[in-house]
Amino acid sequence: MTVRTEPVMAAALPKAWSAWQATGVVALLVIAVIVPFAVSSFHLLQLTMVVIYAIALLGLNILTGYNGQISLGHGAFYAVGAYTMAILIERAGMPYWSIVPVAGIVCFIVGFLFGLPALRLEGHYLALSTFALAVATPQLLKFHALEKWTGGVQGTFVPGFAAPLGLPLAWDQWLYLFSLGIAAALFFFAWNLLRGSTGIAITAIRDHPIAAKTMGINISLYKLLTFGVSAMYTGIAGALGALVAQFVSPDSFTIFLSLSLLVGAVIGGVASIFGAIFGALFIQFVPNFADQISKAVTWAVYGLFMITFMYLMPNGIAGFLKVIGERLRRRRNS
Amino acid sequence: MSALLELKGVNAAYGQSQVIYDLNLSVADGGITALLGANGAGKTTTLRTICNMRVRCSGTITFAGKKIDGLQTEDIVRRGIAHVPDGRGTFVHLTVEENLVLGAYSRRDRAAVAQDMERVFGYFPRLRERIAQQAGTLSGGEQQMLAIARALMLRPRLLLLDEPSFGLAPLIVQEIFRILNRINTEDGVSMLLVEQNANLALSLAHDVYLLETGRVVLNGPAAQVRNDDSARRAYLGY
Amino acid sequence: MDTFLHQLLSGLANGGIYASIGLALVMIFQATHHINFAQGEQAMFSAYIALTLIQAGVPYWAAFLIALAFAFIAGVAIERVVVRQFDNAPVLAVVVVFLGMLFIINSLAGWLFTYNVQAFPSPFPVGLGSKFLSAHEIGMIGVTLVTLAVVYAFFRFTPLGLAMRAAAQNPEASRLVGIRVGWMLALGWGLAGAIGAVAAIMAAPIVYIEPNMMAGILLYGFAAALLGGINNPWGAAVGGFIVGVAENLAGAYVVGTELKLSVALVIIIVVLVTKPAGLFGRTVVTRV
Repeated sequence: MTVRTEPVMAAALPKAWSAWQATGVVALLVIAVIVPFAVSSFHLLQLTMVVIYAIALLGLNILTGYNGQISLGHGAFYAVGAYTMAILIERAGMPYWSIVPVAGIVCFIVGFLFGLPALRLEGHYLALSTFALAVATPQLLKFHALEKWTGGVQGTFVPGFAAPLGLPLAWDQWLYLFSLGIAAALFFFAWNLLRGSTGIAITAIRDHPIAAKTMGINISLYKLLTFGVSAMYTGIAGALGALVAQFVSPDSFTIFLSLSLLVGAVIGGVASIFGAIFGALFIQFVPNFADQISKAVTWAVYGLFMITFMYLMPNGIAGFLKVIGERLRRRRNS
Repeated sequence: MSALLELKGVNAAYGQSQVIYDLNLSVADGGITALLGANGAGKTTTLRTICNMRVRCSGTITFAGKKIDGLQTEDIVRRGIAHVPDGRGTFVHLTVEENLVLGAYSRRDRAAVAQDMERVFGYFPRLRERIAQQAGTLSGGEQQMLAIARALMLRPRLLLLDEPSFGLAPLIVQEIFRILNRINTEDGVSMLLVEQNANLALSLAHDVYLLETGRVVLNGPAAQVRNDDSARRAYLGY
Repeated sequence: MDTFLHQLLSGLANGGIYASIGLALVMIFQATHHINFAQGEQAMFSAYIALTLIQAGVPYWAAFLIALAFAFIAGVAIERVVVRQFDNAPVLAVVVVFLGMLFIINSLAGWLFTYNVQAFPSPFPVGLGSKFLSAHEIGMIGVTLVTLAVVYAFFRFTPLGLAMRAAAQNPEASRLVGIRVGWMLALGWGLAGAIGAVAAIMAAPIVYIEPNMMAGILLYGFAAALLGGINNPWGAAVGGFIVGVAENLAGAYVVGTELKLSVALVIIIVVLVTKPAGLFGRTVVTRV
């Protein structure tokens, strides 16, 4: 299962934006900032999760979409981030905001190390290894030798805090804005990373490893770094997710989470930065929607949605929009 | 002699790029027609169009008086057109015997199949020696022989051959062409032969078509083309 | 020593299940180059069909065969109706489609048969058991071996089996000898479905039946397929037995049952890192 996307995707490296694209992004940000004051706290919680999933999916997308290394186990990195947050608040008493970068670094290292054996494993073998990682994660978290830190089967509570600097915000409102700020920074960083020579190297390794090698790209190093950065993104998302859930337990990080992340990344659109946002919206809202359609067979409805989306948009939502955009442009030019 | 295969006004394309333009071509019943031309002239595409192998086409193709354009590859083959594609299309992981059995897959006349197997070994005795060997381990010449033998197992009325001389030593090529001639005269199998080696093709074929960028620029009996100095020099380069 | 033998043999019995699932995965992989993540759920659903029939009073082996027929037809239908539509889709899109099917079948099973864990009968008389293996384990090994033998004979000695192998190896050349490649693919799906159903029905008396019963088994089957070499069906079968033994011994002697899944997988991954084509796979050299 070498992830070889269409040649069109090779050209999908983020380029400099046109004026209206930039305007669109700014408008989106403004709306995103206004939202917490306009919606109920339940909807706000959902939107916070969309922001967090978007970060996690971007991480997975960098690895699977841009670098062609499939991961069925990113839930594990999400879990490591979440537990880092929970443990450092509870046991070390560190302030939550300072733990976010720590969780990122921890996950970078874990990802980098997991990438070492993964260097020798391609396609389906990597899929199996990451799948195994995902299956093993809850078992390891329950493992009694680690119970002192992880809280074992019971899990650990994560407290809420007040908004800083005396801002007149509830904790959930602040947490939303906090996550949004981090997401914006991480998206900007990824955009910068992927449009430069690093991005070319990463995608060259996906599309043509041998050619990439002859061009002098250090494939192993790049693959490891990509694994690390990818895990870092997903881990930061996990740390923020722990703050939202106010609770971590092994059963929140089953294989289902990993598979959801992969589904989100693919349906959003691989090798696309905005694909992460579409994917996050999908995995957050479509299950709810499916639940409204049928309580009895919610997941069957969800599965149908997945298959239908892939049938109509085999390159994901971002890929679909890109084709539409190009068609409109061609029509305007002719 | 009546035409066994007839193409009328055929256009063919891969996706958006058209390769063949308004092609009219026929293969006489019992005859050998050669299709010559440079790389990229559309020779292979012509064969693929006849068998409907991932080519979009318009126009009509008739075989033994019946329309076959638009049929599935499998059904075209089952009407008696055996195609030896470029790259030979043998099953490299299967044995020689399994390849031959597969050649007769669509036939139900068990006894006749066994006879044909013997006859094919008569043409290519070397295949009998290699009967249990994996096809992928055969030499290039043997693989080409296997490909032709496999095609014959269909008991076809028409054989489409895509550059049977490609990449083979001259002696082997001569042997193969001698056998093709026997297959034509003894079994009455008609052939449409694609070749880059014009001299070789002209020695075997009865009729010749010359393709240039997807269009027929010359056609006629092989003997005539062989003796037409200007045509030879202009198109065949010798 | 006795415990060791017991663990070893019992590992072989479980390994038969993984071997069957691994074989089913490899069959579909060879023809399509995709891993069918819904294979386990298809098998689970067929096991429920068998259970429903048995509860309705149908004799065990009749129910067994009807469930296999159901699994076969369902497999053909899935290929014809769903998988076919994604012939030219990107690899990851196909992965999502298979995951979608996994969700659908799992959810339907939960709705129709409830998520309650249920016992599943074993057809083998208790007297068959010995101090090393229970009656069901012995019967399970027998059924697995028969299944493998039947599948082997089918592919090796029948024209249809030969045509299916040909269609998987070289679809274009297969069309040129008149093989209906599309139907061969569908048959492959049907056959894989039936093999999977055997595995699930044999596993059910041990792991009990519930909609999620196949999750771990599918993972082991996947591991078996890769360990044996994804291009080699018989390697996958052998891989299954190895995985079964490794799992049991790791559970008994290394870490206890709590972590045995993780440990078994770590062992498999270590083997794969040192032997990337699997134990019996051929390294495929691709031209650049």
